[in-house]
Amino acid sequence: MRDAILRFAEHYNYVVTIFLMVAGLFIVIARGNMIKKLIGLSVFQTSVYLLYVGPSKIIGGTAPILDPAFKVYTNPLPHVLILTAIVVGVAVLSLGLALVVRIKEAYGTIEEDEIFAQETDE
Amino acid sequence: MSALESQLPILQVIVPLVGAVLVALMRGGRSAWAVALVITWTMPVISILLMRKVLATGPISYHLGGWAPPIGIEYRVDLLAAFVLVLVSVVGAALMPFARRSVASEIDGDKQVWFYTMYLLCLAGLLGITITADAFNLFVFLEISSLATYVLIALGRDRRALLAAYQYLIMGTIGATFYVIGVGLLYLVTGSLNIYDIASRLADPAMQNPRPVMAALAFIVVGISLKLALFPLHVWLPGAYAHAPSFASAFLAGTATKVAIYVLIRFAFSVFGVAISFETLPLTEVLVVLSLAAMFIASIIAVFETNLKRMLAYSSLGQVGYITLGIALANTQGLTGGIVHLLNHALMKTALFMALGAIAYRLGSVKLDAIAGIGRRMPWTMAVFVLGGMALVGVPGTAGFVSKWYLAIGAVEKGWWPLVFAILISSLIAVVYVGRVVEVAWFREPSPAVEKCTDPPLSMLIPMLVLTAATIYFGIDTEASAGMALKAAETLLGGLK
Amino acid sequence: MLGLSPETTMLAAVVLPFIGAIAIAFLHRSPNLREAATLVTAVLLAALVWSLAGPVMAGARPDVALIEVVPGLPLAFKVEPLGLMFALVASTLWIVNSIYSIGYMRAHDEPRQTTFYVCFAIALGSAVGLAFSRNLFTLFLFYELLTLSTYPLVTHNGDRKALIGGRIYLMLLIGSSMVLLLPAIIVTAFLSGTTEFTAGGILPKGLDATIVGLLLALYAFGIGKAALMPLHFWLPSAMVAPTPVSALLHAVAVVKAGVFTVLKVVIYVFGVETLTAGGARDWLVYFASATLIAASLVALTRQNLKARLAYSTVSQLSYVVLAAAIATSSSLIGGGMHIVMHAAGKITLFFCAGAIYVAAHKTEIGELDGIGRRMPVTMAAFFIASLSIIGLPPFGGVWSKWLIGAGALDAGFAFVVGVLMVSSLLNVAYLLPIVGRAFFLPPKPDDHDVHGEAPLACLIPIVITATLCLVLFFAAGTIEELLRPLVTARPG
Repeated sequence: MRDAILRFAEHYNYVVTIFLMVAGLFIVIARGNMIKKLIGLSVFQTSVYLLYVGPSKIIGGTAPILDPAFKVYTNPLPHVLILTAIVVGVAVLSLGLALVVRIKEAYGTIEEDEIFAQETDE
Repeated sequence: MSALESQLPILQVIVPLVGAVLVALMRGGRSAWAVALVITWTMPVISILLMRKVLATGPISYHLGGWAPPIGIEYRVDLLAAFVLVLVSVVGAALMPFARRSVASEIDGDKQVWFYTMYLLCLAGLLGITITADAFNLFVFLEISSLATYVLIALGRDRRALLAAYQYLIMGTIGATFYVIGVGLLYLVTGSLNIYDIASRLADPAMQNPRPVMAALAFIVVGISLKLALFPLHVWLPGAYAHAPSFASAFLAGTATKVAIYVLIRFAFSVFGVAISFETLPLTEVLVVLSLAAMFIASIIAVFETNLKRMLAYSSLGQVGYITLGIALANTQGLTGGIVHLLNHALMKTALFMALGAIAYRLGSVKLDAIAGIGRRMPWTMAVFVLGGMALVGVPGTAGFVSKWYLAIGAVEKGWWPLVFAILISSLIAVVYVGRVVEVAWFREPSPAVEKCTDPPLSMLIPMLVLTAATIYFGIDTEASAGMALKAAETLLGGLK
Repeated sequence: MLGLSPETTMLAAVVLPFIGAIAIAFLHRSPNLREAATLVTAVLLAALVWSLAGPVMAGARPDVALIEVVPGLPLAFKVEPLGLMFALVASTLWIVNSIYSIGYMRAHDEPRQTTFYVCFAIALGSAVGLAFSRNLFTLFLFYELLTLSTYPLVTHNGDRKALIGGRIYLMLLIGSSMVLLLPAIIVTAFLSGTTEFTAGGILPKGLDATIVGLLLALYAFGIGKAALMPLHFWLPSAMVAPTPVSALLHAVAVVKAGVFTVLKVVIYVFGVETLTAGGARDWLVYFASATLIAASLVALTRQNLKARLAYSTVSQLSYVVLAAAIATSSSLIGGGMHIVMHAAGKITLFFCAGAIYVAAHKTEIGELDGIGRRMPVTMAAFFIASLSIIGLPPFGGVWSKWLIGAGALDAGFAFVVGVLMVSSLLNVAYLLPIVGRAFFLPPKPDDHDVHGEAPLACLIPIVITATLCLVLFFAAGTIEELLRPLVTARPG
């Protein structure tokens, strides 16, 4: 039991990551409101940021500055990657929101089931 | 000249990216189109030069900013990459003359500039995906092309285009995120992002079985399968192709899914290798089942579709099934069939979508009922449609036959006889959905609207005819298509066995 | 001819009809020029093919490989006796048929005549290409092209009936060739590493008889154009086409392409020894015999003239399949010869049916009472052709039946002789009453049609082909000499 708790504590960043991942994906699938879907999508993407950044942190490590004073370095590459990923995420979210605005103008609603109902009527 | 030549790999991506910015600065649709035309027509020049260089001297490795891999980003052009680059750039360029009138008739004047901007961005993204050897860089290009695609689709005339774009955005982002999760896991295990570096580290026997590697493969395959619309992850595709502007449908059908398939091939064979992909994990079994489902179910749905663009979209899903089947076979003949079908299907489906674009341009509708009697009014357009349809069926003398021959031989080599029959029976379904259009187009009395239709102007007709001629040509002389595919397949299978 | 080498002549013969098709398409504004183009193409084609006859009889085998489509699958042509004979039949009868078509189409004032002539030329080009194929792949290519190019001809009338007929035609022919023939070719390529037609066969020796039998089944049913039951009903469906199409394509080019392919596969892919070893082909002997009788019986029940002729064709095609299945020297020669004999006879019958339709607008046998008095030439030709089909001297049909029967005895299939005799009796039963009705019954009282013979353009071809039935009786020796190398040439 103690081992299990310890293992859990050692890997808690993964647990958080996976929780966010699944929660985000669940929102995307389960919600009919287009804005909520996009929120879910953002949560899902955010979990990936944690997946990259979490393991790259070494406790006591510093940025890789070549100086005799520093011995332990943290890999900066994941942070750089995730900066890019965040930019991509923002772009996707803003484009998605723009589409939702246009859909609201065209259909008068942002609930998926109502929109499908309108489409099948035609 | 040689300095320029050594920079070709980066030019392949940078030129359309810069071009996109230039196009965005243009005032009207016509000038935007002209700039885009110049840019897209330089693309095949670059890709064919690259292809020649690869054939002459072997794979090209280009170090971005002079940083050597695995630290720096590497662009790497091997035979398969060159093949896909040529395919994407040629289709992209061949479509441009068609674009002018088609886009002008379907998209409002002030939005045309943005349409061409997005087109070039999408092209840059697709070419970037193909050329890069950096797994994360690939993700960035994937998102560049996807975001541009969402906009291209949303510019469709119908309000349903918005809905289709939104759905694709959700699905596409999930797919891309799955991919990036897989890459993250690989990075955690191997500490590298260069796909060739990852491959050599995974080749270490100790690395053959750790669970994160398995999970990474699973995430990447599922993520990419969403992008390439593998059955049953295809739900975004029919709506997207049906409601996008005609030109965008033609372009996406020819290139977007093909590049995604390229990524799948790259990861399955070059990164993970046959041992992990097909022996440790049952990729063959999974892909065979899903491919067969696509070949039959999607084709049968196509038979009952009354919107022709949607019909062709479902047909594409079925055809993607043939390609993934070739990948699943994982032997030289089968994989050759898959790779050559990338090219062949791109040619025929782009021509088919252009034919529908021409009908939409003249008639304003691509519903089956609306085109009654159009065969005699637009004979050249419908000839393109019929020949393209015959290629879909796989009639000998068309490119489709060559692909199916290789696939069938690949199946025979595995000893899977029933698969041979499955491949051929499923092609018959294409006879039904193509034949249905032929019957309506020739045997029904034309409506007054159809009476007024004529073949589209030459600027639209010639690109269609060129691609159709290519479909026939690659059914007879396959040196440049299947010959290349065979070499690429041998490299993929031989390198890492 | 023209000092061309046999190789060039052969390629020219394959390409010429396609060039002709393009010329016809461009001349659509002027019907006279368009028809002239058809005739010129037909005459040139026949001249080219006939000029090959001399060299081939002398032992030459022109052979050209154009391009390797897939490694091991070149697009290649080669003239051998059987192919030459088929090409001779198709190209010669095309001239006659073109004259007839012009008369028929003009008398009927049919729409879409340009499409008609273009497709006709393409179909002929495919038939010649098929005849000169050097391997299974090339043959398959032209086989499919033949199906596709004749689809617009079958559906020429454009009404609902044509539509349904076209559907059956296309699905059955494309379906059988894709699902059965193509796998058979794939299996052959896989087993023997080649698809080149080679004397003595290409399948590895000592193959299990069950596998040979199964493969033969794939071929026999996959070659749907040979109309082996139960895959025969595309042929009656195809009768919705205008009569010249039924005459040349569905009595000669298309169906003969089917049985020609069967013969070719038996001789050059299986080889007689592989085929007969262990009785692998026995089932096909029974099957073809059954089709032969059954189709004749069905023909008896058909009251529409063209439908009766169609079922007669199904039955006659089985003679060739039967001959191929028996696979002895004389039966194979007999099968090949039957392609010629039946072609001359059946095209005459269809020409007559078309002439009756043009002149009297009659399609049912019951309406033909006394028509012989108004159309004596037509009905006399009908009589002659019927005799040839039945197999009575002095008409061509007798020889091929004789040889097939003799071959059956050689192979120990004595019952086949009985089958042939029953079938001949059935032929008498379904063909001669038509002639009897036409000449000896008085016209129906409500029949007030006043008409004479069909236009001259229809009548001349009828006379020519009927004469041909007689000529062939005396030419059988030459045909036999032409086909002899099929069964004597043994590899090494």
